[in-house]
Amino acid sequence: MARSIKKGPYIGPKLQKRIDELNKSNQKKVVKTWARRSTIPPDFVGHTLAVHNGNKFVPVFIDENMVGHKLGEFALTRTFRGHPTKSDKKSRVR
Amino acid sequence: MARIAGVDLPREKRVEIALTYIYGIGQSRSREILGKAKVNPDTRVQDLSSDEVSQIRTVIGDYKVEGSLRTEVAMNIKRLMDIGSYRGLRHRRGLPVRGQRTHTNARTRSGKRRSVGVKKRTK
Repeated sequence: MARSIKKGPYIGPKLQKRIDELNKSNQKKVVKTWARRSTIPPDFVGHTLAVHNGNKFVPVFIDENMVGHKLGEFALTRTFRGHPTKSDKKSRVR
Repeated sequence: MARIAGVDLPREKRVEIALTYIYGIGQSRSREILGKAKVNPDTRVQDLSSDEVSQIRTVIGDYKVEGSLRTEVAMNIKRLMDIGSYRGLRHRRGLPVRGQRTHTNARTRSGKRRSVGVKKRTK
């Protein structure tokens, strides 16, 4: 179900604060974040965020087309290495 | 001959139904259009006066149909693919986009069953 419009989009509060600071001081720094559920607001555009995927931080450069999407959409959490074939069950490659 | 919004001309059906042959027009929108054009939805396409046809044509001009609608949809999908989102990735792979199961089913997106196991790894 979609989120209520009344509430407005969810934006990770800590992340928002960090970006606001960067915007104020006109800096561009990579910000590490776990807030995968956070929506991307327009003022994030141009920053690079390191979004956690459960294992590592995936660098995501925010582009204006990404506004309205969630951060987690850009940092995949699963690695699919292909289906095992009979001959090489052990040596799976990418 | 009723040729509206490009290549569509189904005859001897009721206009209400005939209009749904146009991409982007279903039955409810068809009724809406006919209401605005003040055409009886029960008339057959062949019985339409040329006046009515042009009336329908002008009303349809306000909607996005056929080519322009198709390009819009394609552009939306392309945008998803270009920004590297999960949904774009699923489009690229031709798999279900909205979190459906793929263990079984998902045949509409994946196409006909291909046997695995005999086949060598591709990637």
